[in-house]
Amino acid sequence: MFKKKRYIALAIVALVALVLLNLPANTSARLRLAISSPFVPLFGLSSVSQNVAGSTADLALSKSELIRQNNQLRAEIAQLKIQQAQSAEQVRENARLRQFVNWQTTRPWQMKLARVVVRDPANWWSTVQIDVGSQHGIKVNMTVVTPAGLIGRVSAVGTYRSQVTLLGDPNCKVAAVVLNGAGEAGVIGNASPLDRSMVELGYLPPTASLKPNQDVVTSGLGGIFPRGIPIGKVVDSRQVEFGIATEARVKLSASLGAVDEVWVILQ
Amino acid sequence: MIAFNSFIILLAAFLVVFMQSAVNGVLGTQIDLLPALMVYTSLTAGPVMIAALALCSGLWFDSLSANPLGISVLPLLAIGFIILIRRELILRDQSYAQFVIGSTASLGAPLVTLGLLLTSGREPIVGWGTVWQLALMTIIGGAATPVFAKLFGFITHTFDYRTVSSTSFRSDREIRRGRN
Repeated sequence: MFKKKRYIALAIVALVALVLLNLPANTSARLRLAISSPFVPLFGLSSVSQNVAGSTADLALSKSELIRQNNQLRAEIAQLKIQQAQSAEQVRENARLRQFVNWQTTRPWQMKLARVVVRDPANWWSTVQIDVGSQHGIKVNMTVVTPAGLIGRVSAVGTYRSQVTLLGDPNCKVAAVVLNGAGEAGVIGNASPLDRSMVELGYLPPTASLKPNQDVVTSGLGGIFPRGIPIGKVVDSRQVEFGIATEARVKLSASLGAVDEVWVILQ
Repeated sequence: MIAFNSFIILLAAFLVVFMQSAVNGVLGTQIDLLPALMVYTSLTAGPVMIAALALCSGLWFDSLSANPLGISVLPLLAIGFIILIRRELILRDQSYAQFVIGSTASLGAPLVTLGLLLTSGREPIVGWGTVWQLALMTIIGGAATPVFAKLFGFITHTFDYRTVSSTSFRSDREIRRGRN
């Protein structure tokens, strides 16, 4: 059967697949972006249609609803202004104290807004692609957040698009700390295949006293994620590895399944 | 017409991959319809088309995913090849046969991919929830196969040349009348 000329096509494709699997990482990444480029117009079209649908839904809002939302936003702005004044004073105080002890001042983050254009079609990874790339100053390992909290890191960069590996993916481990007074530190690991909003917090000390609803934030260790970014809240905890460590389940603050716009921290 | 069929199948593969990456999954599962499409193709087309579909759809899928580039090509190619060498024994026009083969392919393709990922040292997100995902992919992939067959049958019927009906007239049996 293999003598037949036409079956050579199957053999060639198998050979091509094997060659592609063994390509160097850089070449593979470039090839990946080239192969996915025919999808770009479709994703643009999809984004435009979403915007049109959103605008149409806005038109259907009644005037009374708009007035109610406007009043609510005004109240929130007033509250935020008070908080901003308070935090500005704290920033000044912080800067004064840092000067006294000669500590380096932390610079405010520079951020770049990006839109999610592609979700991973495979079930065993948790990644998305965003519409900014090296042209916009994006680099590998930059932190990606939403207003709700951390969502992941940039894992590959193209000229106009980048891949973001989300929390819960085995390729996105985050050093985290529980805000419970003791400051117990661990590592955010894998998510459940079905519920991507729940991740494991492992490598905690066996004596860790974790309670539900305690906040989990980035610890700043590891050199990738800045310190203090909200990750989520503790759901429950249990002893693992015959009692030599504690593992907790953490409900993520950011909704990974519904994320449409993200911020990439440039510096 | 073969070129038209090939174009339609590749276009469908392109749109299927796009839909899978643009739409959130069903009940926590991203449904993969490429095995179902491969089953239809291997039941109706030749080895060159099977190879083209496996290569194009596998690479498109991997380019939008965190999969190593090319890993999805091999399971699709294997499905196409296995069906191709046995297709004379398959009741390919029967919906239930298409469903059974489509289900098997939709279960087999992700399992083979997972096996390749694990043996190559990758660490995919796998757990008890994966069983549910595989079950859902099997059922929906199986159901999609007869749908693809019907859809492509309709498209081919619509755009194909009308079959010329053969006549019982044979010129060599013509009775010549006349003086000669």
